Amino acid sequence: MKILVCISNVPDTTTKIRFTDDDTRFDTASVQWIINPWDELALTRALELKEGSGGSIEKVTVVNVGPKESEPTIRKALAIGADDAVRIDAEPLDAHVVAGELAGHIRNNPYDIVLCGIDSSDYNGSLVGGMLAELLDLPSVSSVSKLNIENDEITINREIDGGSEILSTETPFVAIVQKGIALEPRIPSMRGIMMARKKPLNVVEAAGAEPLTEFVRFELPPPKAACKMVDEENIRELVALLHNEAKVL
Amino acid sequence: MTSAIIFPIFVSFINLYTMNFEFSEEHKMIRQAARDYAQRELLKDVLERDAKAEIPWDHIKNLTELGFFGMMVSPEWGGGGMDTISYVLAMEELSKVDSATAVILSVHNSLVCWGVEKYGTPEQKEKFLRPMGSGEKIGAFLLSEPEAGSDATHQRTVAEDKGDYYLLNGTKNWISNANSGQIYIVIAQTHPEKGHHGINAFIVDKDTPGITLAPHEDKMGMRSSDTHSVMFSEAKVPRENRIGEDGFGFKFAMKALEGGRIGIAAQALGIAAGAMERAVQYSKERKAFGKYLSHHQAIAFKLADMGLKVENARNLILKSAWHKDNGLSYGTLSAMAKLYAADMAMEVTTEAVQILGGYGYVKEYHVERLMREAKLTQIYEGTSEIQKIIISREMLRD
Repeated sequence: MKILVCISNVPDTTTKIRFTDDDTRFDTASVQWIINPWDELALTRALELKEGSGGSIEKVTVVNVGPKESEPTIRKALAIGADDAVRIDAEPLDAHVVAGELAGHIRNNPYDIVLCGIDSSDYNGSLVGGMLAELLDLPSVSSVSKLNIENDEITINREIDGGSEILSTETPFVAIVQKGIALEPRIPSMRGIMMARKKPLNVVEAAGAEPLTEFVRFELPPPKAACKMVDEENIRELVALLHNEAKVL
Repeated sequence: MTSAIIFPIFVSFINLYTMNFEFSEEHKMIRQAARDYAQRELLKDVLERDAKAEIPWDHIKNLTELGFFGMMVSPEWGGGGMDTISYVLAMEELSKVDSATAVILSVHNSLVCWGVEKYGTPEQKEKFLRPMGSGEKIGAFLLSEPEAGSDATHQRTVAEDKGDYYLLNGTKNWISNANSGQIYIVIAQTHPEKGHHGINAFIVDKDTPGITLAPHEDKMGMRSSDTHSVMFSEAKVPRENRIGEDGFGFKFAMKALEGGRIGIAAQALGIAAGAMERAVQYSKERKAFGKYLSHHQAIAFKLADMGLKVENARNLILKSAWHKDNGLSYGTLSAMAKLYAADMAMEVTTEAVQILGGYGYVKEYHVERLMREAKLTQIYEGTSEIQKIIISREMLRD
C-alpha cells in the first residue's frame, strides 16, 4: 500500500501579512515558510500508519505543487520521515492549478490513499482535496478526524454537526483531514535531518493546469480593538459596556 | 595585460564569497527542531522542575531519541555527525527555555564525547563513545575539587599507578551529570613531583566499586541539572582506560574545556535571548502612564541594548564554532565568547527582570529563573576571570 500526502508551502502562522502590486499579490519578502499545519498532521498520521502496518504500507510520499523555493519545506517533510518527495514545478496560482497538477501526477502514479489537509493556512480555500478527488474520479471523505487501518480494513471518523460519523472505505480514496487526525506534528530528529538530503526529491514538469480565478484585491481585516478589562466584581459596568458600547444587549 | 587585471578581481570575488553568514537548510531545521522541542515540551514543566530540583529524565530520553545527545559524534560511532554551528543553534534554543536541561547536553557533547572521540583509542571509542554517541549513556567530566576549581593544576585526587590498573582516591566537586551520567572522565594526579605534567585523565564507569555520590547540591539556579560531589575510595581503573600518554591529563582537560566553552557560551546566549524575548513581549502588552512600556524610551532603549548584546554574543560564538569546524585554533575565541556571553547574560536577564518589575520578580514569569541561571555561566567551565587570563595571555604572548 502507498500513501501520498499533499503538502502546501505556506507562510509561518505568525507572519505579518503585507501585499504588493496594488494589493493584488501577497508580499513574500522575508517570510518564513512552513509545511501547512493540517498537511503536517496528515503526514504525521501517514507515518504512524506506516510504522504500525508491519510492512503492508510500503511507502509514504509527499507531493507539492510549487517553485524551487518550496524545496526547504519539502525537505523538512523528508526529515520528519517521508520516504520520498515529488515537486511539481508550477506556481500554485489557485486551487484549480494545484488540484489539476496533482491529478495529472496521480493519474500516472497511482496511490492507495491520498491525504490532503482540510485547507491551507494562506488562502483558506478548502478546495483542493474535493477538487482533486473529482478530477481523479475517486471517492473522497471530508472532515476526517481519525483514520485507522487494521487488517486492510479502513475506518474513518468524519466530524458532523453534533457528533461524528464512522465510515469504512476501500482504496483508492482521498481523505481530507482536519483536527484530530494526529495529536501533534513530529519534530524531525537529527538523523532525519541529515538523511533528508539523501532521499529522492523528484521534480516533475507541470502538466499545464490553468487557473480559474483571478485575485482582484486583498484587504487586511480591521485591527483588533483593544481589550477592555472589567473587574469581576463589577457586573454593572460589564452590562453597561455590553449595552452602550458593544450594543449587543 | 587583460588577464593581469582580471585575475585579482577574480580572487577578491572568491574571498568575498567565502565570508558567508548564511545558515544551511540543515542548520535552520536543527534550530527549528530545538525550538519546537523547547517551546512545546520543556516549557510545560520547567517551573516545576526548577522548584523541585528534579532531573529531567523524560526530556533526556526524548532529546536522545531526537539525536541531540551525541549530535557532534561521528556517525561511525553512532552519533549525528553534526557540526559545532548546529550544536550552538540547538543549545541557544533549548537554553531560552530550560538551560538546566541544556547543560546536561553540553557536558555530555562538548566535554565528554568530544574528548573521547578526539583522544581516545579505537577500543575506548568502541566501549565508551559508541553508547554515548547514541545517547544511551551520558557522560560527566570530573575536574573540579574542593580546593581546585579555577586552579585546576593542583589536583588532590590521586591515581596511583599499580601496573595493570590505577587506584583512584580523592573527592571531586560540583560535578554536573554525576547522577544522570554513567561514563565519567576523571582527572587525577599520578606524579605529584611533576606538577600538572603528572596529571592523567581516565574514562571510568560510574558503577566501579569505590565510587560514591554525595547528596544533590541545592543550587540557586540550573536546579534540575544534577550536581554532586563524587568520592573515590580505592577505585580500580584499568590501565587501558587512561586517555593519551602518561601525564597528558591536564592538557587533555584544557583542550576539552576550549570546546566546552562554546557550549556554555551558547547556553548563556540562549538564557539572555529567552529573557529578552519575554521582555519584548511584555513591553508590548503592559501599559504604564497611559501607553505601552515599549513606547517609553527608557524601556525601548533598554531593549535596544539587550538586542545589541545578544547579537554580539551570537556572532562571537558562531565565529568560534566556525573556527572549530574548520580546523582553526579557537581557544582564545571561545574564551572571549564565553566571557562575553556569560557577562552579557547576567546584564540582560537583570534588565529583563527590571522591565517586568514586580512580575519579573515572581517565578511564574520565568525571567527571575533565567537571571539565576545566567549567574552560573559566569562561574562554571572557567570563571569570567579565568577567561580573562586565557585571553590576555594569548594577547601578551611573545
